Amino acid sequence: MSESLIRLRYRLWPDHLVGEILSKRWTETAIPAIVLIIVAVALSRAIPGFLSAAGLADTARQACEIGFCVLGMSLVIIVGGIDLSIGSMFALTDFCALYCLDVLNWPVWGVIPVTLVAGALLGAVNGVLVGYFRLRAFITTLITLIVYRAAYDLLIFGHSNQIAAAFPDIPSWNFLGGGGIFGIPSIVLVYAAIALFGHVFLTRLRPGWHIVAIGGSRRSAFNSGIPVRRTIALCYIASGFLTALGALFFAARLGTVGGDIGVGLEVTVLTAAILGGISLGGGKGSVAKAMIGTLIVLLITNGLTTLSAPGGVNRMVLAAILLIAAMIDIRWVKNRTRIISKVYVSPTYHAMPPIPSTAAGNGTPLALNDRLRDVSEIAVGRIEAPEDIILDGEDNLYAGSRHGDIIRFFPPDYERMEVYAHIGGQPLGMAFDRAGTLYACIGGMGLYRITRNHQVEKATDETNRSLRSVNDDSRLRLADDLDIADDGRVFFSEATVRYEMDEWPVDGLEARGNGRIICYDPRNGTTRTVLRGLKFPNGVSIAKDRQSILFAETWGCTVKRYWFAGPKAGRVEIVLENLPGYPDNINPASDGNYWLALVGMRCPALDLAWRMPGFRRRMAKRLPIDEWLFPNINTGCVIKFDEQGRILESLWDLGGVNHPMITSMREHRGYLYLGGIMNNRIGRYRLPNADPDFVQYDRRWRTAA
Amino acid sequence: MTKAEKSPRGESGRSPSAARVRRARGGLFRPSQQTIVFALFLVLFLIFSLSLHGFLTPDNMLTLLQNVAVLGILGLGMAVVVIGRGIDLSLIAALAVPPGLVLQMVQNGHTLSLALIAAFALGLALGLVNGWLIAYAEVPSLFATLASGLFLAGLGQAALFKLDVVQWSPGMNALTILGQGRVAGVPVPIVMFGFAAIVLALFLRQTRLGSFVYAIGDNPNAARIAGLPARPVVVLQYVMASLVGVFAGIVLAASVNSMPTRIYNSTLIYDVILVVVLGGIGLSGGRGGIVNVIIGTLLIGTMLNAMTIMDLSYSAQNLIKGLVLLIAIMTDSFLNPRNEETAQQGDI
Repeated sequence: MSESLIRLRYRLWPDHLVGEILSKRWTETAIPAIVLIIVAVALSRAIPGFLSAAGLADTARQACEIGFCVLGMSLVIIVGGIDLSIGSMFALTDFCALYCLDVLNWPVWGVIPVTLVAGALLGAVNGVLVGYFRLRAFITTLITLIVYRAAYDLLIFGHSNQIAAAFPDIPSWNFLGGGGIFGIPSIVLVYAAIALFGHVFLTRLRPGWHIVAIGGSRRSAFNSGIPVRRTIALCYIASGFLTALGALFFAARLGTVGGDIGVGLEVTVLTAAILGGISLGGGKGSVAKAMIGTLIVLLITNGLTTLSAPGGVNRMVLAAILLIAAMIDIRWVKNRTRIISKVYVSPTYHAMPPIPSTAAGNGTPLALNDRLRDVSEIAVGRIEAPEDIILDGEDNLYAGSRHGDIIRFFPPDYERMEVYAHIGGQPLGMAFDRAGTLYACIGGMGLYRITRNHQVEKATDETNRSLRSVNDDSRLRLADDLDIADDGRVFFSEATVRYEMDEWPVDGLEARGNGRIICYDPRNGTTRTVLRGLKFPNGVSIAKDRQSILFAETWGCTVKRYWFAGPKAGRVEIVLENLPGYPDNINPASDGNYWLALVGMRCPALDLAWRMPGFRRRMAKRLPIDEWLFPNINTGCVIKFDEQGRILESLWDLGGVNHPMITSMREHRGYLYLGGIMNNRIGRYRLPNADPDFVQYDRRWRTAA
Repeated sequence: MTKAEKSPRGESGRSPSAARVRRARGGLFRPSQQTIVFALFLVLFLIFSLSLHGFLTPDNMLTLLQNVAVLGILGLGMAVVVIGRGIDLSLIAALAVPPGLVLQMVQNGHTLSLALIAAFALGLALGLVNGWLIAYAEVPSLFATLASGLFLAGLGQAALFKLDVVQWSPGMNALTILGQGRVAGVPVPIVMFGFAAIVLALFLRQTRLGSFVYAIGDNPNAARIAGLPARPVVVLQYVMASLVGVFAGIVLAASVNSMPTRIYNSTLIYDVILVVVLGGIGLSGGRGGIVNVIIGTLLIGTMLNAMTIMDLSYSAQNLIKGLVLLIAIMTDSFLNPRNEETAQQGDI
């Protein structure tokens, strides 16, 4: 009774989503966003009409004016600098716009570009000094702050009366300052366009990535050939440009050049940027963070002004909110990854029938024996982690290695070896297509192929994104094994979409259906997911009817059959279930049956733990990872089965001397070759009564339709 | 620290290795920023002495120093923090609010000693809060001190002072000597600057805590791993800075006979940072000392004084000051360019 409740609870409640949502980058902004909501709600309750349309429009104009400056500041902070001269640049460009308009009587279409170029030039001074001359950003912009402010004071001394006396009544100018489209202020439209572009720029475009890379690690960026100096200079220019844009709208709205314009603006802007979660020191930040920070600062200052709080109280409240928000935000950003690592592993309910007996002499084909004791060994100590092995018609032996190579061994004694191809990721399952091209699943990279003249090509590394997944599951994280249909389509398994190559055993702790079967069609280059929700799908082999594949589900301890063509197309049937171990690769035997590797044997402790998800979750939260209960992958065996689901024989190495760990096997001319992902050798076992001429892919393509 | 411990540091301390580095870079003489700024000061001083009438007189020299004494004292407080890889923007609030509180309390009839105790307690509290926020809550120092300074200024405005300018009252007369007295013909503010400089120089160079400040500024993580009490020392830095700020404020109030609390809104904090950084104390921490503050103060003081004699407007003074400073740091960056390989992360 209670167990069915547990089953129901784990079937209905998606535990794994919590960790996946938290590991999204945008949750870094969660705290600033919550602060913004609290501030907005508190103020709208305290001040009647605070969130009215008219009030909002006015707030929006101010917000966007400052918002442009915050965008500029954010860009500079993300690239690893700081721009303290923003307030003075704001004042100077405000003066520039009004001087051109009121004193020189230029048309508006002339004023706008001149002001923006003036801003960009002021920023370029900072940019050249900090970027090219590599002066320190803080001290340099501090000096330009003083210089620009002094220049502004000198300029308005001569012209402030002229500007104050002029009342330009130009429709386009008024549109900038107070107009709008459908009630949306003009500045908001411009700001939205710039913010949208900024977001795409920072997250999707190469220069934006360069900026984040320089902020994240200037040295690495320099070493990887990014034009560090130019990029930094351009960021300061952009900062000046954006400030000028804000000042332009400010000039159009108010039309004044008072002495205190822009004084202390750099503090407000800096506060907004940091409050939004853009970290000083660079490398972290987004447009959304800049916007949230701007809104928080502006709402607080405006709200306090509206409440007509005395200046001192105003300052105290602002300071206190800033400090508290910054403290919480820093704690959050600092501990976020720790929280994620605690909640990401989310075990689920997984019940298995009792383990079938494998006791020696119990009369079943599974009974323990010692037949693998006398396998001969190939390349002991010269290969690491041959997960799969494959042989071609000329008896060459290919095996993957942990170092990202496919190694070729030459007959007859397989002593001589060469690097057949360097891929860069660990090769797992392999198969030959009709033309002799070697297809390989590369853990962490995807599906690759190596042509006969050693050319490495990417076949595919992404599939269609499923609609309801939180993690981006379009990338292939752990392509595992494959086989090729008669029409050339490659069916391959992806073991899990939640873990990387190096953490694959953790997926066994979850025991959720995180894996899938994917089909790659080389005729048009498309990749589609055909089956999902599988418990670590692993070995794949085309069945004899050439219309279906057999695939193993490692944590499900089953072998299933999936029809991709023919009358039963789309159906899945169970071939073997409740295996005594965790099935891995499947390959055909010369007598028409199939070989199956069991990578490890089940044990009652993990079977019990699989029925107790709460226990496993507590374990994952409270214990260090090397003390977790993991599936046994030290001892396994090879079994032979037929399509009706009968186990025909099994091969064991009882003492675990020669070949205890097996992830794959391949029959070839009377021998069975054995691979293992933890091994430093390849095993070769002489099969009695086997077809001495059997070459798997020769026979496969000779008989193909 | 015993003599035995001290001697190895004296023999194989910073300067020999620095000289070795310099030799390794090609044997050329590469002046440090400190040297450049000092040279610039000497050149300007020479030019002004020759060209400006009334510049090189004993009276003007004393005026020059007196005008920058407060700036110099603030620079000393800032230097301690900057050497420990921080920055204290709340220094001006510490300058304005607690001394203002002294004046206000005495005006309201409290005794001077009580007022002083209250002021230093307020300064201590500011330093402790700053230090806690930065060392324990790990808020960036730029941001923490910005907000705490804002808070303190707001507190003064809202709750402590009746007027923006707190006037001197007769009860304060015991302190007048700090601002307007003379010792052997030298104005007391200069003496106070010298006094503070000596005390802090002894702290930084001769005490164990002082070398901890350098170690933490040089590499905070290494200092922590080496077992230094990094967090308490950071708190100590900010406490010292704000107490020095309060001290500077009292000297300022005594010399102008009032406390203009709106000084918080001025750009004085930028001048303080300029004094420190221009003198050659890098913002990345662990470098420089009290000598650098004195050099920076002398340069700024000379320029301000000469421009005042030339009767330039405040804005024009700022403009020229900024340009000269820019030239100084550009020269430094040409002679000692930053290395992309060794530039520190977050080194702004």
